[in-house]
Amino acid sequence: MVPRLFGVVRTYPDTLDTVTLALEPLDGPPLAFRAGQFTMLHAFGVGEVPISISGDPTRPDPLLHTVRDVGAVTHALVTAAPGTAVGVRGPFGSGWEVADGTGGDVVVVAGGIGLAPLRPAILEVVSRRSDYGRVVLLYGARSPADILFADDMATWAQRHGIVVEVTVDYGPPGWSGRVGLVTTLVARAGFDPLHSLALVCGPEVMMRYAATALSARGVPDTRIRLSMERNMRCGIGLCGHCQLRELFLCVDGPVLSYDRLAPLLDVREL
Amino acid sequence: MRTLAEYLPEHPFFAGLDPASMDVVLGCAQNVHFAAGEMLFQTGSPADTFYVIRQGRVALEAHDPRSGTMVVATLSEGEVAGWSWLVPPYRWMFDARAVSPVSAVALDGDCLRGKCDQDPALGYALMQRVAHVMYERLQDARIRLLDLYGEAP
Amino acid sequence: MAGRRTLDLEGLQSLIDALRDRGYRVVGPTVRDDAVVLAEITTLQDLPGGIGDEQQPGHYRTRPRDDGALFGFATTVQSAKPVLFPANELLWRGTRSPSGFEVSRDVPDDAPVALFGIRGCDLAAVGIHDSVLVGRPAVDAHYARRRDRSLLIAVTCSTPAGTCFCASMGTGPRPGDGADLVLTELLDAEGHRFLIESESPAGADALAHLVTTPATAADQAAADEVVATATAHMGRRLRTDDLHDLLYASAESPRWSDVAERCLACTNCTMVCPTCFCTSVEDVSDLSGDIDERHRVWDSCFSLEYSRLHGGAVRTSTGARYRQWLTHKLAAWPDQFGMSGCVGCGRCLTWCPAGIDLTAEVAALREELAHRETSRTGPRPPSTDH
Repeated sequence: MVPRLFGVVRTYPDTLDTVTLALEPLDGPPLAFRAGQFTMLHAFGVGEVPISISGDPTRPDPLLHTVRDVGAVTHALVTAAPGTAVGVRGPFGSGWEVADGTGGDVVVVAGGIGLAPLRPAILEVVSRRSDYGRVVLLYGARSPADILFADDMATWAQRHGIVVEVTVDYGPPGWSGRVGLVTTLVARAGFDPLHSLALVCGPEVMMRYAATALSARGVPDTRIRLSMERNMRCGIGLCGHCQLRELFLCVDGPVLSYDRLAPLLDVREL
Repeated sequence: MRTLAEYLPEHPFFAGLDPASMDVVLGCAQNVHFAAGEMLFQTGSPADTFYVIRQGRVALEAHDPRSGTMVVATLSEGEVAGWSWLVPPYRWMFDARAVSPVSAVALDGDCLRGKCDQDPALGYALMQRVAHVMYERLQDARIRLLDLYGEAP
Repeated sequence: MAGRRTLDLEGLQSLIDALRDRGYRVVGPTVRDDAVVLAEITTLQDLPGGIGDEQQPGHYRTRPRDDGALFGFATTVQSAKPVLFPANELLWRGTRSPSGFEVSRDVPDDAPVALFGIRGCDLAAVGIHDSVLVGRPAVDAHYARRRDRSLLIAVTCSTPAGTCFCASMGTGPRPGDGADLVLTELLDAEGHRFLIESESPAGADALAHLVTTPATAADQAAADEVVATATAHMGRRLRTDDLHDLLYASAESPRWSDVAERCLACTNCTMVCPTCFCTSVEDVSDLSGDIDERHRVWDSCFSLEYSRLHGGAVRTSTGARYRQWLTHKLAAWPDQFGMSGCVGCGRCLTWCPAGIDLTAEVAALREELAHRETSRTGPRPPSTDH
């Protein structure tokens, strides 16, 4: 329950309200983690929030978190000057375990900031690209200005043969890319549904539609993985806040397969 | 390039249509091409055609003097553009512009409506397909209305 | 197991003395502000002699008894929970230093506790907390340390209250596994005495140092009679078959809105529940921001803040919060820990200002589900919204 101390090395602005924070341990070795896991980041004097790790699991130093400025703690984090000490607990929870998709296609469906927890999984695929067949990234953002990791996506497409489809909800003047919902891309994306592992992260409504679309394409529900968000506090299943019926999402999740989640997603306020 | 008779039955929109009906549809179809920037149709003009997109991307746009041109949705290979040909008053509600070179099959709305009137089975089959397109677009629009990625309230 | 023995009142006092001599803080039932509560005791006079209680949903009173029983009440207001798992605990303290922040861990150094006279329901609840807080990969170190050094002396319940249903939950009236010593208070022509049984090496050791006499068949029969009478006087009953599936199948029941009409979401039930373990952390910093303390405090699934995400709470309706609580206790808990989360102590009924009765709510859900199953005459209306 006691955080390790990390120092802010530098911050990379991603969008107007989102920043990637690079942290270096002040008290020991780098933090080993699995793609999809999260930590509890503590801004001293302000508080603690759960943030997914967005860096490369094969290169955990510096430790990357992509943080959206939406509250007091996240504001303190995104505005932290280099050298600022930050508390880190974790890593916590289940990972994407993308290696389960070895030998088949990988479909990644991301919405908004949901691309951040998926970035480590994509980097893992990229590092062992020949282990996988077709790799498709379908990414939906609110507007072109909200698109995360544009440089990464260009690299993944050009250097690693990943099919990247980006779509936005609002297409302002000058935007020549796709406009529309990311989940509708699922129906026409090029992958073999029966031999695919699908990884989905975004707002819960978007994940439900994405999972429905993937299931309709024929991807088995056991091969569709969603990263769930609830009120993670302790990270170790003790405090109770992140319960989704019988699940403690901070230890049983956040990544869970759709066959397990489907009955729970349909009940309101569960 | 393959002929219309080869290509059209494989397009997702027409998948599963019986060959006789397909022949009727082919009688109303012709290949068209648009350069990037070219308009497929414009707001307010008579909706006498719909387009089955073979290649390229089409943007449905609305233009406002203050905001400029906003894209409502984009349509790509495997999708269709336009259903106003089926619903009175048969006028386009948005502009459709090719954002890249577009190859499409244009189907004559007048011609199709006539065939559908004569052959209710064909009419029903086409209606089902258009209804599916409308359903997808409506779901798309509704979910986007939720502004899921935006600032939470 | 050591043979059953009996202990007189003098012997009981010497048990308290011996525990205190060994460094235990002896915490037992005593009367404060017209209620039987758990607090430190030193003599038999501290125990609620001749005091019983009356409990009904939303109702609690002590009442005089004419038999001088020391354990003639049903349950203490709070269980052992606040003793082993305090409502507010300091976890760590961070102090700003020239090089950044230094974090020091807090370890509780309070004296070992002997819980004296806890009921079967509360003993079972301690066992549940052992599974939840110690028996999983992540251990609550503060609880574990207290628990490790604690001694549990349980007493058979003789006079259950109107809200009690331990017999339904299999946790009483005779205390089950986990105690070090189990006492049964006997008040008959043979005199005021206790049947005493040791159930652990520590219990056997304590017992060996006491002046006791071997229990007779009559003593044993009297103790059995206490259990039989108490079992027959349970104020409430809960049918436990299929509870798990019943609760899961009732997720969309209209009954939750019905409860919500009555429930004040005051969190009382979760505060008095001996098994509720949800906590929150509070970060407290001084005005300069140089000292930052993290406290663990009890939290409740009835509070809106509990399910807060960026953008709003997941469970905004009171009905959803009551459903979360009841479903967790009776259905999700068995999935998570392989046991029920309810021990039948009845405190959530007694201390509910609206008198909401868990057993009645479950019965209503049961009836409603049975009705739904029998009245399903045609296809359900489409539930999708197109």
